[in-house]
Amino acid sequence: MTLLTDDQKMLQETAASFLAEEGGIAKQLRHWRGIECKDGFGHGLWKQFAELGLTGICIPESHGGMGLGATDTALVLEEIGRNLTPSPFLTTAVVAARAIHGTQHADRWFPNIVTGDAVLALAIDEGARHEPAHTALEAKRQGNGFVLSGSKQFVVQGGSADMIVTAARTAGSAGETDGLTLFAVPKDTAGLDVENVALVDSSKAARLTFENVQLDADAVVGEVDAGWGPLSRSLNAGRAGAAAELVGVASGASAMTLDYLRQRKQFGKFIGEFQALQHRAAHLYSEIEIARAAAFKAAQLLDSGDEHAQLYVSVAKAKAADVASLAVREGVQMHGGIGMTDEHDIGLFMKREAVLGELFGDVYYHRNRVAELSGY
Amino acid sequence: MTDLETFRTDTRAWLGANCPAEMRQPIGSEADLCWGGRNWTFQSDAQRRWMELMAERGWTVPDWPKDYGGGGLSPDEASVLKEEMQRIGARPPLSSFGISMLGPALLKFGTEEQKRHYLRQIARGEIRWCQGYSEPGAGSDLAGLQTKAEDRGDHWLVNGQKVWTSYADKADWIFCLVRTSSESKQGGISFLLFDMRTPGVSTRPILLISGYSPFCETFFDDVKVPKDQIVGKVNKGWDVAKYLLGHEREMISAMGLGMGGSLGAATRPQDPLLRAEIAAFDVDAYAFQAMSERFAAMWKAGEAHPAGPSMMKYAGTELNKRRNELSMAAGGNDALEWESERSRGGKTPRDWLRSKGNSIEGGTSEIQLNIVAKHILGLPGA
Repeated sequence: MTLLTDDQKMLQETAASFLAEEGGIAKQLRHWRGIECKDGFGHGLWKQFAELGLTGICIPESHGGMGLGATDTALVLEEIGRNLTPSPFLTTAVVAARAIHGTQHADRWFPNIVTGDAVLALAIDEGARHEPAHTALEAKRQGNGFVLSGSKQFVVQGGSADMIVTAARTAGSAGETDGLTLFAVPKDTAGLDVENVALVDSSKAARLTFENVQLDADAVVGEVDAGWGPLSRSLNAGRAGAAAELVGVASGASAMTLDYLRQRKQFGKFIGEFQALQHRAAHLYSEIEIARAAAFKAAQLLDSGDEHAQLYVSVAKAKAADVASLAVREGVQMHGGIGMTDEHDIGLFMKREAVLGELFGDVYYHRNRVAELSGY
Repeated sequence: MTDLETFRTDTRAWLGANCPAEMRQPIGSEADLCWGGRNWTFQSDAQRRWMELMAERGWTVPDWPKDYGGGGLSPDEASVLKEEMQRIGARPPLSSFGISMLGPALLKFGTEEQKRHYLRQIARGEIRWCQGYSEPGAGSDLAGLQTKAEDRGDHWLVNGQKVWTSYADKADWIFCLVRTSSESKQGGISFLLFDMRTPGVSTRPILLISGYSPFCETFFDDVKVPKDQIVGKVNKGWDVAKYLLGHEREMISAMGLGMGGSLGAATRPQDPLLRAEIAAFDVDAYAFQAMSERFAAMWKAGEAHPAGPSMMKYAGTELNKRRNELSMAAGGNDALEWESERSRGGKTPRDWLRSKGNSIEGGTSEIQLNIVAKHILGLPGA
């Protein structure tokens, strides 16, 4: 259970070679940020994900997917993180797919996700911090449907999405987990304003404004007022996935830094010969191993439906963000002046970590959750 | 039912019928463990019965071969036994440096005769061992040790001094690193075993900052050791020593976990800033728990890096020191009481002070980081 199966090792190898060859920094991240591009990622690469079956990794085999779980997803995301590959994998194939799983929207969207033709997003945050229970975007019943008013922000790839799974309040008040409902909001819906924003890592997120957006009753994902359950499952899949991607970011930054320590000479020595740097590098190695173990344990508990899964999801997200932050800070510092230049790749890891660290709850959010779930 | 499922069912039934209720109480401190040996006084009939019943099945050392007093269990069966013991909160029937350190080294480097003789004694809890490694002049630079063993034809003549010899005053035998050649540093060390009752051996406990005396100074003055009590070849003891250190590091890294569980749940911090710090600690502790499980599985499957125990030892001991620091903070001025009954004889501050040794004994944190930098990261000149 703690170790990978042969199938998982094979998936890991496939993902590793595919993303190193096709998803590398020069080919993808630097290319897309260098041109005017609304998406921040390439649809060609997303089609290649589809050819390998990865777009349908979490989608049931009955819908044409691979029907795999959080552990397999984590293996792919670690490679995505290592290569800083921009793609809709986490939001579309993991988070949104999980949100609509088991509803009639799955029939509508799963086939297009599998073929790499659809991009989906999740709209949850309404302020600068992640507080899903404080969802206030209002959905009022009107006739046979609902009218949505309010705003969302940090909607990753919201400007590229064909449909946005949106959390809204149909009952109760901000702070309560009851009374939330998920809606499937197609792009170009009347009254929905989408402001596409470039983030620090050149990825795109959207600020959404809902002004009397009218939706039919069949836009509801799951059940009215009972959105917290599917939302939590979707967010937990996203948190475990982001943790795995952060482990990849940390590993990629650390590998680049170790290479530098082995080549850069000062005072007539390789700087990796200095014990002051060796100990920091060794400490970082140890921390990355621990973060990886936490990320895998969270994924495995999610897959087995264990009662401690929530706790470990927060442990993994907090630990991975903490460690990835250490890895990129040490990376830039140990690279010295060259690390401050845009030309060098190490800074790109720092930018990506900032976004992933924030996504679906930052270190402080998840430490607090660990405390609450531990009973204090 | 598979064989493993049958094994689980049988094991569960046997443990249920044979593990005394007293041996299912949580372990409060090292003093609750059974260490065995010639001088051992069992704390209760239950403790004696539990050790004897388990030893009879070879389950004090479940994965050692049956010929050497073990249970002959496969890795999977040993895991099942461990899980079933954890399920009912069963205490380990016997803990000793023989089991955790010398045993694995003898299994790898001992002669057939040595294995049959010493391993069986360890499995039955008959002989308690101590470790003669560090010397006043050889701490982190362990290979610089000077305790000398001269070849006197039919015996070795040992002279010198060891320090930080854990429980030397309670131990029956010692496994000891000695210098048999001065021509090479690592290549002049041999690994000897001898009885602490041999004339010329004396020990003196050292009082630590915790008020405990788990460590001793041990002196050797013309100690005669029979020739066959060497493990491995003459001048090849460093290989045995290093292998054993790997097991020692594994054991020490696991110590932080014995106290496991959420520190916040145990201390219920009211101060919001302290709560935040303890929550950050708990994240690290839960994550390290995952690492320990993963490392154990990888180690068993041969997928772990051979220097991995150094990483585990470093991370586990630093974590345990932090746990103790935060326990002191959470305890406030209650945690300052040293001798009162209320404080169980000052358990919190004594444990806090004792934990400072975790990142020193078995190789300091700095030495572990050197090993990781050199053997895992391959940094130049490390």
